[in-house]
Amino acid sequence: MTWTQVIPAEWYLILGTALFGIGLIGVLIRRNVVIVLMSIELMLNAINLILVSSSAYHANLSAQVFVFFIMMVAAVEVSVGLAIFTVIYRRKESTDIDALNELKG
Amino acid sequence: MTSFLILAFPLFGFLLLNVFGCFFSKRVSGFLASASVLASFAVSVLMLRDVFLAGAIRVPLFTWFQVGQTNVSFALLLDSLSLLMCLMITGVGFLIHVYSIGYMHEEEGFTRYFSHLNLFIFFMLFLVLSDSFLGMFVGWEGVGLCSYLLIGFWFQTAAFGQAAKKAFLMNRVGDLGFILGILAMIMAFGSTQFSVVFSGASQLPIGSGIITVIALLLFVGATGKSAQIPLFTWLPDAMAGPTPVSALIHAATMVTAGVYMVARSHVFYMSSPIASTVVLCVGVSTALLGAIIATRQSDIKKILAYSTMSQLGLMVSALGLGAYSAALFHMLTHAFFKALLFLAAGSVIHALHGEQNVFKMGGLRKSLPFTFGVFLIGALALAGFPPFSGFFSKDMILLAALDHSPLVFGLLVLVSILTAYYVCRLVVLVFMGTSRSDKTAHESSWIMQIPLGILAIFAAASGFLHLPEALHPEFIVVTLLAIGLMIAWCYRRFSQVQTSDEKTGIVFRKFYIDEIYNGLIVRPILLLARFFWTIFEPVILELPATILGKSVMFSGRRLKQIQNGHIGFYLLVMTAAIAVILVQLLWI
Repeated sequence: MTWTQVIPAEWYLILGTALFGIGLIGVLIRRNVVIVLMSIELMLNAINLILVSSSAYHANLSAQVFVFFIMMVAAVEVSVGLAIFTVIYRRKESTDIDALNELKG
Repeated sequence: MTSFLILAFPLFGFLLLNVFGCFFSKRVSGFLASASVLASFAVSVLMLRDVFLAGAIRVPLFTWFQVGQTNVSFALLLDSLSLLMCLMITGVGFLIHVYSIGYMHEEEGFTRYFSHLNLFIFFMLFLVLSDSFLGMFVGWEGVGLCSYLLIGFWFQTAAFGQAAKKAFLMNRVGDLGFILGILAMIMAFGSTQFSVVFSGASQLPIGSGIITVIALLLFVGATGKSAQIPLFTWLPDAMAGPTPVSALIHAATMVTAGVYMVARSHVFYMSSPIASTVVLCVGVSTALLGAIIATRQSDIKKILAYSTMSQLGLMVSALGLGAYSAALFHMLTHAFFKALLFLAAGSVIHALHGEQNVFKMGGLRKSLPFTFGVFLIGALALAGFPPFSGFFSKDMILLAALDHSPLVFGLLVLVSILTAYYVCRLVVLVFMGTSRSDKTAHESSWIMQIPLGILAIFAAASGFLHLPEALHPEFIVVTLLAIGLMIAWCYRRFSQVQTSDEKTGIVFRKFYIDEIYNGLIVRPILLLARFFWTIFEPVILELPATILGKSVMFSGRRLKQIQNGHIGFYLLVMTAAIAVILVQLLWI
């Protein structure tokens, strides 16, 4: 009996969904852009968790390859995003998301 | 291929004057234009022998276009008819070009005038030389265009521009008939080439419907171009152009295009009695109407214009009678004497510095003896005084009418009497009596006199080109007596006239035909146009489009407010949208 069978598969899905929901709510309600970025990371990792667990559950490794891609993209995204926020902070003297209100017609 | 040069010279002259005209002096451009027409005349004379030997020469030039089974090639057809026209056009045209050098020498647009004149000669030759109705139509439209350009030569005067437009539009009405005739011809015979069409037509039984339709439609075109009832009112107004233009286009050549066209397609008219009758009726009534109106006009050019209309009516009557050679003969002599009359009238107008009212002339025989002489020759030829040219050609037409019916003969005799009357009235008013003008007249320069002299010789003598087989001495005596009495009576009546007393009356007002056309056709069309302009377009066409456009713009303005720039809001909308899509995908 392996560990995947000790912990039922639903628990992984519930945990992943909960983490995704926390990340989503963080994205939607937090004002600080750094926190928003962290919330996005949380959402990505929630997805990763679900993918990895279901990969183990189905004994299918292709989902794990997908997870590596997501991790890599997340790393890139964080570095680029932080760089952008640094520039924005220099211009706006603020990390409040409502300061970024110029994208309108 | 030398026949091609007949067309090439005037076209070359037109291009040269149009492109490089600004570099030429007036003398050079007038000389070039006249020389190109003279060259064309020379080539036509050279072609006489070939045509005489061969009968008819067809010179294929190129295939114009091909649609399905219909192959339209452009070719020249030289036979006695087209060569006669060519000689007339280039010969009279050359003389009028030379005359114009003197007449127009003070004008601003001298080069423009001559380039248009050359273009006109080119299109007129194109009209008579092409060997298909489609090619003829090209020339037909071309001369209409040149007529428009030259009537409106003094376009700075609004009325002259209006006259040009009127001529153009009335011709368009006739051209519509011509186009429909050509289409009917293509449907019936699959071609517009003369030889194909006529051999096809001669195989159909006499009086067959399609032939009648084609003949009548073509005749609608001819009424437009040759100023017949009902499309004649443009011709008197066309006198707004320079007088040599009136002589060339509106007396000698272009207006005879309709006569040429009917004569060319006589196969149709011979096999359609209905169409021939229509042609005869239109011709006789036009001849009568023109002659009646001409008796009461006071403008020298208008008198000649109505006379032209009347004489064209005479030619068309001859066509309707089936006397094609008589019609063409009268066309030729008419080209000479009417061009002569117009040019001599131009000489009078020139001498009096633009005065055209005959009641302000008078007594000019002393100050303008040469002009008086040539005008008298032209007038006698027009009146049909033997042995001048008009006598012989009218004689032929009247004899043909006598063979046909006494009624037509009587009407045409009446036309001839009226013609003699208005001609005598014109001559007496202009040249006899005492001067009613305060201007001193002076004889025009030699460059205007030479063409007048040459035309006078032809007007006097061209009747002998085609003598009838048997001269009728009683005809000659009766005509001599009638015209002699007319001259005497007119002299008594008009030589001492002091002022115009003929400003009223239905005839002076030209039977109110312009007014009737205005009321019946022009005004309803203008009203219709106003309806479309003020009601149909803004309400029926534009309103739905406006409503659509306004509603799109309104909703755009409302929707724009969603895009408020807050990233948090965008994210919320995005998330909601994704949620909706997920729900839709998973559960619905």
